[in-house]
Amino acid sequence: MRYLTARKRAEFRGSAHHGTEHHWSMTVSAVGLALLVPAWLYVFGSALGGTREEVLATFARPFPAIVTALLLVVGMRHFAMGATTMIEDYARGTTRKMLIIGVVALSWAIAATGLYALVRIAL
Amino acid sequence: MVQLTLPKNSKIRTGKTWPKPEGKNVRKFQIYRWNPDDGENPRVDTYFVDMDTCGPMVLDALIKIKNEIDPTLTFRRSCREGICGSCAMNIDGINTLACIYGLDEIKGDVRIYPLPHMEVIKDLIPDLTHFYAQHASIMPWLETKTNRPAKEWRQSIEDRKKLDGLYECVMCASCSTSCPSYWWNSDRYLGPAALLHAYRWIIDSRDEATGERLDQLEDPFKLYRCHTIMNCAKTCPKGLNPAKAIAEIKKMMVERVV
Repeated sequence: MRYLTARKRAEFRGSAHHGTEHHWSMTVSAVGLALLVPAWLYVFGSALGGTREEVLATFARPFPAIVTALLLVVGMRHFAMGATTMIEDYARGTTRKMLIIGVVALSWAIAATGLYALVRIAL
Repeated sequence: MVQLTLPKNSKIRTGKTWPKPEGKNVRKFQIYRWNPDDGENPRVDTYFVDMDTCGPMVLDALIKIKNEIDPTLTFRRSCREGICGSCAMNIDGINTLACIYGLDEIKGDVRIYPLPHMEVIKDLIPDLTHFYAQHASIMPWLETKTNRPAKEWRQSIEDRKKLDGLYECVMCASCSTSCPSYWWNSDRYLGPAALLHAYRWIIDSRDEATGERLDQLEDPFKLYRCHTIMNCAKTCPKGLNPAKAIAEIKKMMVERVV
């Protein structure tokens, strides 16, 4: 039991004076993904059903490789920011911080692994 | 972490069923009851109301129940015409004002609960202390720095029109208590009602604290916990659109940066 006034509770610790950059970044990456996902699905669809050599050859070409790389970076960045927001919604305290660290690390790991594979295929 | 089940002492039990009156046009009401003084769990009591001798609105039925069946039933009400916002409650799964919600809009039994996810003071009365404090925190008044004019702060007709759809809010809390983001994070998220009021003052051409108001709102929780779920706009008994007001604030925030 803490004897705080209602106003004190409502004000909490004041404004963090940020959040707009996150909001704008999510908007920008969402627009980017709206273009990248169909492009990548076209690339993926064209490679689907091919032999291993044909698939490797497809992703070794500049356009599919660049689209895939962009999708990995932009997609994982978008995922990390979106998942962070979800975690902030539902988790509290140390759990919140650990989950955010985990999800950001996971997103970078997925992006790095994908990029590594792509570099090995393309170069 | 978020709790997915109610604590043991909050589990709702079946309550008392009151006698059914004579008559053909009798309607069943299931109403949430909780009294902090008796130490019992919340319960849902069942009442039967003869609709031939009852007014058309949900509040009419509640007043009839209180006057004629169970005087211990507790709820807020005042104006009976959707202006004061006192009688906001969850009726048939929708947060609305009992005084302007017609019984003919409800199919089957009438289920009445207090506004969700608020602490209950008694029966259908939620504790709105924090909700009002959040409203106060957005400085719901005209802030000016220029010396007060001799007569009045002037405003063009076009600028006055910008306040339409905002000033009508009666602070009934239906929108905020229908918002999942507010359910989980009401300690830090201001909620649709307070943000609609914040926008009402931000957009007011006479107000000279626009920058400070935006500064105070720029926060991952105070403002950006709104995920455009739109429950607020769907439930508002006055037909307002808090989600749009929040989106307008976000647009103004972005315009300051980009």
